Amino acid sequence: MPPDEHEFERMMHGGFDWVPAPADETSARMRGATSDPAWARALILTIAIVFLGVFLIIPLAAVFTEALRQGVWVYLAAITNPEARSAIRLTLMTAAIAVPLNLIFGLAASWAITRFEFRGKNLLTTLIDLPFAVSPVIAGMIYVLLFGAQGYIGDWLAVHGLKIIFAAPGIVLATIFVTFPFIARELIPVMEAAGLEEEQAALTLGASGWQTFFRVTLPNVKWGLLYGLVICNARAMGEFGAVSVVSGHVRGLTNTMPLYVEILYNDYQFSAAFAVASLLTSLALITLVAKRLLGGQIKPRNLPEESEPAEREAA
Amino acid sequence: MKPRRSVIPGFGLTMGYTVAYLGLIALIPLSTIFLKTSGMGWHAFWSVIASARVMAAYRLSIGAALVGAAINSVFGLTVAWALVRYRFPLSGVVDSLVDLPFALPTSVAGITLTAIYSEHGWIGRLLAPTGIKVAFTPLGVIVALTFIGLPFVVRTVQPVLQDLEAELEEAAATLGASRIQTFRRVIAPALMPATITGFALAFARALGEYGSVVFISGNMPMRTEVVPLLIMTKLEEFDYQGATAIALVMLTVSFAMLFLINQLQRWSRGRHAAG
Repeated sequence: MPPDEHEFERMMHGGFDWVPAPADETSARMRGATSDPAWARALILTIAIVFLGVFLIIPLAAVFTEALRQGVWVYLAAITNPEARSAIRLTLMTAAIAVPLNLIFGLAASWAITRFEFRGKNLLTTLIDLPFAVSPVIAGMIYVLLFGAQGYIGDWLAVHGLKIIFAAPGIVLATIFVTFPFIARELIPVMEAAGLEEEQAALTLGASGWQTFFRVTLPNVKWGLLYGLVICNARAMGEFGAVSVVSGHVRGLTNTMPLYVEILYNDYQFSAAFAVASLLTSLALITLVAKRLLGGQIKPRNLPEESEPAEREAA
Repeated sequence: MKPRRSVIPGFGLTMGYTVAYLGLIALIPLSTIFLKTSGMGWHAFWSVIASARVMAAYRLSIGAALVGAAINSVFGLTVAWALVRYRFPLSGVVDSLVDLPFALPTSVAGITLTAIYSEHGWIGRLLAPTGIKVAFTPLGVIVALTFIGLPFVVRTVQPVLQDLEAELEEAAATLGASRIQTFRRVIAPALMPATITGFALAFARALGEYGSVVFISGNMPMRTEVVPLLIMTKLEEFDYQGATAIALVMLTVSFAMLFLINQLQRWSRGRHAAG
């Protein structure tokens, strides 16, 4: 490939644009050493695309193909029958409880961790990551050991007529456990980056702690917060392993959508299983789009214009 | 526990709430595993975890998770390289799709992979003439664990690759290095910590994975039964002590991994900042 064409291609397709225009032999050699030869580029792109095609694109296409295999009517019937509707309802309810609770936790934890110095801060940060290290099955199991019929406070619950395991409260608890790190983990770096000068200024000017929080902190971290909310919500609606242990699979009562997918599949109702799965897949795709949009918003965070909404609200 | 920046209010409230929430949701429930196993004695504990079926499950879980993480390291590096260094059509869409295994419920992933790799599935059909069976074999477990671990290496390597200073490669080039030498001596060492971190994250996630595996593995004891499934089976038989004994070993390995990953990330960040 002649040198000028090479340069042109680099300009058009991104990659490295810091290499000075080729003038002599040295820069030609430098170009050779700082950019990949054409064959390597083709090979790497091919491997990457085949790998992602096999592991991401084919499964995505398969979900929707299998869902519509028996036609639109079977599809619609599968997602609108009473059992499906109750699974959708339970999934929405679970997320509606778990996500706000984890939001409050995330705000409290990131405030404590980024605004103060204290002993054991590293330990606390590690503890927040705990659910990532615990198998979903174990996450469900610990609530069975605690609240189940043979559990440590199972008798007490039975006497008082309270049912947690094999009922909705267990599902909500297991979901909270699995999803509590997400909002905190997104907020901690964002709050750290926002710094506390603006908050100190607000407090010095006589704002109360809550006023400072709602008018200074929250507007500064809103994109990171939304990002965390989106991810937390997706995981709350999609959790399977932990919820499976505590649900007891009572049809129409303790089945969330991911559990309902399993039941339909094990009943050989494949099209129905994939129909419900396609709803969850659509949710996952919406989550990815939201992530991308919000991720773009988080980057220019520290620009001065960010304080503008706070001023508007205060006025 | 005295806050240094005393102008900012709310230490007691936020700290108290955080610790109480962690305690009630995570620490107290997790402690039941230790309580339950402490009541069973060494002999009973050992006879559970050293049984042939449990050992086979540990071997499969650890082995398949290692292979999955290794596959993801190689291909994750390739994908990260392609996404950062090259422009190609729809690269933004591809970049977003990398997170699909995070966002997709594991039961959906499980039934979908099973459908694709079973005898009549899109890929299973192609493999059938070669005699390679994926669904309901240990290979299926590896496929599922590769799927769920896919984002980790890409997402740990990507930012390092983005921040890798151009001057380093230029300097190598000016000093007469070829592209291969530049890669081996300059780029590869810079990407190493992030790759190892991604490998560890993918491995840790795969070790505990349940949903995507149960459908494709076929769940045959001694052959395709992973540890989380074995715990599930014990729970369904109301053998709570057996389940907790297996879980305790698993949890110990996972906590060791969490600690290791924290150290790796610190190392990676240090290297990253220095590079």
